Amino acid sequence: MSELTSLTLKTALEGLKAKQFSATEITRAHIAAVEAARPLNAFILETPDKALDMAAASDARIARGEAGPLEGAPLGIKDLFCTQGVRSTAASKILGNFIPQYESSVTANLFGDGAVMLGKLNLDEFAMGSSNETSAFGNVINPWKSAAGGNRALTPGGSSGGSAAAVAADLCLGATATDTGGSIRQPAAFTGTVGIKPTYGLCSRWGIVAFASSLDQAGPIAKTVEDAAILLTSMAGHDPKDSTSLNVEIPDYAPFVGKSVKGLRVGVPKEYRVDGMPAEIEKLWQDGIDWLKDAGAEIVEVSLPHTKYALPAYYIVAPAEASSNLARYDGMRFGHRGEGKSLTEVYENSRAEGFGDEVKRRILIGTYVLSAGYYDAYYLKAQKVRRRIADDFDQAWQTCDVLLTPTAPSAAFALGERNADPIAMYLNDVFTVTTNLAGLPSISVPAGLDAGGLPLGLQVIGKALDEGTVFSVAGALEKAAAFRGKPEKWW
Amino acid sequence: MAIDAATVRKVARLARIAEPEARLEALASELNGIIAWIEQLNEVDTDGVEPMTSAVAMAAPLREDVVTDGGDAARVLANAPKSVDGFFVVPKVVE
Repeated sequence: MSELTSLTLKTALEGLKAKQFSATEITRAHIAAVEAARPLNAFILETPDKALDMAAASDARIARGEAGPLEGAPLGIKDLFCTQGVRSTAASKILGNFIPQYESSVTANLFGDGAVMLGKLNLDEFAMGSSNETSAFGNVINPWKSAAGGNRALTPGGSSGGSAAAVAADLCLGATATDTGGSIRQPAAFTGTVGIKPTYGLCSRWGIVAFASSLDQAGPIAKTVEDAAILLTSMAGHDPKDSTSLNVEIPDYAPFVGKSVKGLRVGVPKEYRVDGMPAEIEKLWQDGIDWLKDAGAEIVEVSLPHTKYALPAYYIVAPAEASSNLARYDGMRFGHRGEGKSLTEVYENSRAEGFGDEVKRRILIGTYVLSAGYYDAYYLKAQKVRRRIADDFDQAWQTCDVLLTPTAPSAAFALGERNADPIAMYLNDVFTVTTNLAGLPSISVPAGLDAGGLPLGLQVIGKALDEGTVFSVAGALEKAAAFRGKPEKWW
Repeated sequence: MAIDAATVRKVARLARIAEPEARLEALASELNGIIAWIEQLNEVDTDGVEPMTSAVAMAAPLREDVVTDGGDAARVLANAPKSVDGFFVVPKVVE
């Protein structure tokens, strides 16, 4: 039944509804795919028994005519989402054997709509990383290989590398992910999948392990733009348990895919043409511009003058918030507790043993920039620069409706290649981090291949709460690019 | 304002992360690299700019000041490294 795993979410849902196959059958097919794909290390925890129980319940609801919008669809869940009764780790040793007693709001929405959970997906520790190499459970391997790079193992991107790899390798019909600086979109670009970070506040953060609370947003990684729209419709929604959750009506996003983009004004920000950007990405961007022009959109050159300051501002704001959020891991109420002669020593050893190097580095930076005497020079300054970046977008919206940019400055790189220099790793997020700071929706769509046959993504950025237009433009790009690439199965 | 080993020691203490003495110099050099890169923010004129503290401008929602949950000690303690009789067991805090 391996063909069941190659379906898109949309066609799988149609097949389930038409009783061409059962939820149990499609779930079994995916469980087999997950087991066969262990060399990818995409899952931290497989939950086949739970998946089959959920599938059986879905089949019962389908039989009773009570099917939800995602009834019987097997999904992967990033291991940053707390799942009731199922170990949730954030890919960190410090959470130890943490078994949440509650369900995150986003996964509760998905499961309430009938989705089936296959297991918990690997990620960078606490979602801090751009290559999945900071996971305490080992890195994920990208299912794609470069013809130019021999047989080298490539990164799936990060932090949602497990989500992106699992979707690309047909291990699940879609996956949850989160994005603080690019963690949905960059992995999507590296794996030929679609990933959307919605407007800040669209998806509840309740029950998602916090990294940087003013930047974190959940979203889906999916095989197609329409699949991403179907998943986001289910994931989004007001939640009183998250005080930053937006109390707005969530439309059905799927009908926006396929809508004409005729007359839409598409902004092309000149500051995104960075030095050293590969010519292939430059060309892909031009292809995207041409495709949207052919589809009837109007292309407008715009300026976002503070773009180059987004990453340094992010590397103050995000570590500062992380150092506060991660203060809760003290070894007292849950998680790993180390030994020590005094209470302080127990704290210090618990955290030294439990956190990995990148997480420690960011906590130290965050603690430093928030410490007495430096707060104004760093944190306050970064918050002001953040306002400038948000103002740039507001200015751009005077002359355009959406923005088109590349998603990442390169294709997937080799594991181990960029570990020595933290800043070189941070530069992966140069095109994505701006919308986290401004809170705007942005999607990555696979749009082409590089010379080695690796996927490359284009990013569409929209106005706050204008996910509908973002999906329409992404759909137009997807159609024009006719990207049909799939990694050749080697695992 | 270069970061030296003493600063790292102080910051690590504030962050409650045990860092061995042997690591302090290397960490100082890493953090200096990152902070030096961040310093480019000083090029941006931010005079009179209101700091942006949240991604979406919205008023904090209010609700009735009433108890909405509780009485759930077993679930609260379910992941405790140590607990006895409905209490967390922690190292001695007061000598």
